[in-house]
Amino acid sequence: MVTDLAIDVHDLSKSFGARKVIDGLTLQVPKGEICGFLGGNGSGKTTTIRLLCGLLKPDGGGGTCLGFDVIREAVQIRQQIGYMTQRFSFYGDLTVAENLEFVARLYQMPQRDRAVRDVMQRMELADRATQLTSQLSGGWKQRLALAACVLHAPQLLLLDEPTSGVDAKARREFWDMITTMAAGGMTVLVSTHYMDEAERCRRIVYLSGGRLIVQGTADEVVRQTRLITFEATGPDIDRVAVALRREPGVESVAVFGRALHVAGMERAALERVIERYRGGLSWHEVEPRLDDAFIHLLREQGSGG
Amino acid sequence: MTGFSFRRFLAMLRKEWIQMRRDPTTIALTVAVPLLQLFLFGYAINANPRHLPTGVISAEHSRYERTLTTALANTGYFDIRSFATEREAELALARGDVLFVLNIPPDFARALDRGEKPSVLMDADATDPTAIGYATAALAALGANVFSRDQPAILGTQTTAPPFEIVLHARYNPEQVTALNIVPGLIGLILTFSTLVITALSITRERESGTMENLLAMPVRPAEVMLGKIVPYVGLGYVQTLLILTTSVVVFAIPVRGSVLLLLAALGVFIACNLALGFTFSTLARTQMQAQQMAQLALLPSFMLSGFMFPFQGMPVWARAIGELMPLTHALRICRGLLLKGNGLTEIFPDLWPMALFAAVVGVIAVRSYRETLD
Repeated sequence: MVTDLAIDVHDLSKSFGARKVIDGLTLQVPKGEICGFLGGNGSGKTTTIRLLCGLLKPDGGGGTCLGFDVIREAVQIRQQIGYMTQRFSFYGDLTVAENLEFVARLYQMPQRDRAVRDVMQRMELADRATQLTSQLSGGWKQRLALAACVLHAPQLLLLDEPTSGVDAKARREFWDMITTMAAGGMTVLVSTHYMDEAERCRRIVYLSGGRLIVQGTADEVVRQTRLITFEATGPDIDRVAVALRREPGVESVAVFGRALHVAGMERAALERVIERYRGGLSWHEVEPRLDDAFIHLLREQGSGG
Repeated sequence: MTGFSFRRFLAMLRKEWIQMRRDPTTIALTVAVPLLQLFLFGYAINANPRHLPTGVISAEHSRYERTLTTALANTGYFDIRSFATEREAELALARGDVLFVLNIPPDFARALDRGEKPSVLMDADATDPTAIGYATAALAALGANVFSRDQPAILGTQTTAPPFEIVLHARYNPEQVTALNIVPGLIGLILTFSTLVITALSITRERESGTMENLLAMPVRPAEVMLGKIVPYVGLGYVQTLLILTTSVVVFAIPVRGSVLLLLAALGVFIACNLALGFTFSTLARTQMQAQQMAQLALLPSFMLSGFMFPFQGMPVWARAIGELMPLTHALRICRGLLLKGNGLTEIFPDLWPMALFAAVVGVIAVRSYRETLD
């Protein structure tokens, strides 16, 4: 089956008991793309990823992942994907190298030792090869998990909040690695709560309540929200921010260092409010940031299920 | 910081209480285990077993034979069944189908009529001395007056001494040493402990630590996971078996009358039973604690109803039926039979196939209940 889509699923639904977690989700991700998976907590990101790699069976809908049927061919899918779970899930009482060797053996890799050595080199894990995994810090655990996921050179990488709880430098390095791999033709689906990470994705998919709400590039997503944003600079912006939150027509107020962002859907209402807070501040309209767009989306959809 | 705060203590207590309520399986088990214990102790266990199966071989049928067997049955301790040949009776004794064999000699009736003092031979399976203790006592009390109505009147009134003699032959464990019974049984018990409980925890541990999700997402099949997790414990089980066996022989002077290889092979089947059961528990339980409790729930009736702690023949029919389902029951019989009686494959086969069946059935359940998804 020849297709340009790494992921092509339609109308997926999944319930846990009476709770509908995924509700008619249709998603297409072209090969070689980094697709950012966003949405509030409980919006169905993890469940979607689990459905894609056959860890859960959908109640309805279907489709393919790397050309294999997500329901009937889960075993074949598993050979070709790398899945990094949200919670670190390797063996703490094994060393870094032993964990990687175990994974390599499960995938029956022909040149196991070399593959393990290579991946440790690439992820700069070589110095820690003999260290017990339970003693690694969060950032290094993340690296080990990524190394284990890409060891068998999968075509599709599913990363579930891979950088939560990791410092900025480790995050940056982690993303550099992912971008390099995507450049090599690997498709990446990554869920995240970080805006800077979302901006590094070719495409963003926003989920809420198990439904796909918006998708597209970062700019497209921002544009689709039709949000209007004004920025103010000057003294006392912290105090002004508190006051602005109570004003009608103001959807979100956020302080970024020395600048204040006020966003809303109605230009007239916003301008009326701003008029009253002119004193000492300089106001001008700006392009909404991705943050503004997401906070707007989160608010509009509720915080999800 | 101050010392003991009652409110902080209450906060802790409250949290524990909520957690307990959230785990209904644990609560159910804490109710079920004592009830089970109560019923097993109360109804199933009987340290003074009656109705012990007793075989009779009689060369000639006479009124004396009928009277003697009726008298035996009337004590309540013996349930009589006939055997045509000595061979058959011997096999039944070795298999544990009967605990006694009464052998009435050919000229018994004539000797009695003549007023001679003939003897009958009572073979007893003494591997479990407690099981036959009361019955042998009853046998001894079966005294002078058994034949008072059958014997010629002239003899009956003349003598107060018993007109015949019962020669008790305590087989397999002539000195009736309890250790000879307990130690071979311990082999089965210790193996149950080490293999059942450990495997019960193995899969739940993976699930609790989150590594299960990872395993499931990788191309490893259920049978591979299961065998990979079980085989090391089979090895461990054998190491234990050899250790116990050696110690038993050296320290407790347990005789090894049968084939050690056959014993190891039979115990292999037994280990397989426990591992399959443990694995099933670990796929059903959500937490390690639940798995542990399930294992205990299975262990309890094993101890009580297998004939390890209390004589198997002393239990009511329903309890024996449950006992027959349990691998430990059969493993005990095989261990005792092989070591003390020198049993071979023919004699242990009736206990071998139920274990093999158990392992096969539970093994299938284990593989079936291993979930390849997180649903």
